[in-house]
Amino acid sequence: MTSRKVAKRGFSLDYIMWLFMRLSALGLYLVGIVGFTAAMIWGARNQADINTIVRWTFFPNSFHVASSDIVNIDAFMSIFWDMMQMLAIFFGVTHGINGLRIVVEDYIGSSWWRPIWRGFILVLWVFMMLAAYNLVQASVAY
Amino acid sequence: MALNRKVGFFTGLKYKGGGPMWAWILHRLSGLAMVLFIGSHILAGLFGGEVGYAINDIYTSEIFQLVLFFLVIFHAVNGLRVVILDLWPALIEHQREAIWAEWLVIVPLYGLILFSAVKTALGL
Repeated sequence: MTSRKVAKRGFSLDYIMWLFMRLSALGLYLVGIVGFTAAMIWGARNQADINTIVRWTFFPNSFHVASSDIVNIDAFMSIFWDMMQMLAIFFGVTHGINGLRIVVEDYIGSSWWRPIWRGFILVLWVFMMLAAYNLVQASVAY
Repeated sequence: MALNRKVGFFTGLKYKGGGPMWAWILHRLSGLAMVLFIGSHILAGLFGGEVGYAINDIYTSEIFQLVLFFLVIFHAVNGLRVVILDLWPALIEHQREAIWAEWLVIVPLYGLILFSAVKTALGL
């Protein structure tokens, strides 16, 4: 009689990422609440449609709100909002890429595909982080 | 007896997990959809060009955004339910009620967005 193999209890990649998925979700809520509150205070309440507000909540960069009429857009041009964007990107990209890893690993099990898949996921994560960072820098210049 | 993991897709759907099972399925699908959509959006912004503009044109369409907002809101609210139940395991006995509570948040929130989008589309 055999049962499926499960990872050892304790400190492992799966444990760390399990915790990270929960904490990053709370982190994204925090970033979103701060962005939403600031947009409301600085004019979005009367001057932006709801689509813009939702975009603004998670990614407060000028690319996303160029078509809206938020008066005080200069208020978002600061190191604080650059950091908020980077936090949103770090939490969002890592959460998403790790989610993709988990879903696929549920189906490939612990075969020799797993290390290859994890290597690919690592490269994809680094690439997406750099791509997103590049876009944030471009939006700051914009 | 060994645990049989060779369960087909349609056999799997017959499993009577109820609300939590469907929330789990929808959470996965919405998560994968967001990875695909937001990933392609980032790449479109990075590479630009005709393909990039075409992808972002899809992104700016109202219908697409309404679908995406539903996926984002569901994933966020359902994720919060998972976080709360995982971090306070004593609450797990109320997990089915938690599903109802979750929809009580999602429906009005998404309804507000839908109402606003329809109002804008009709020029009201």
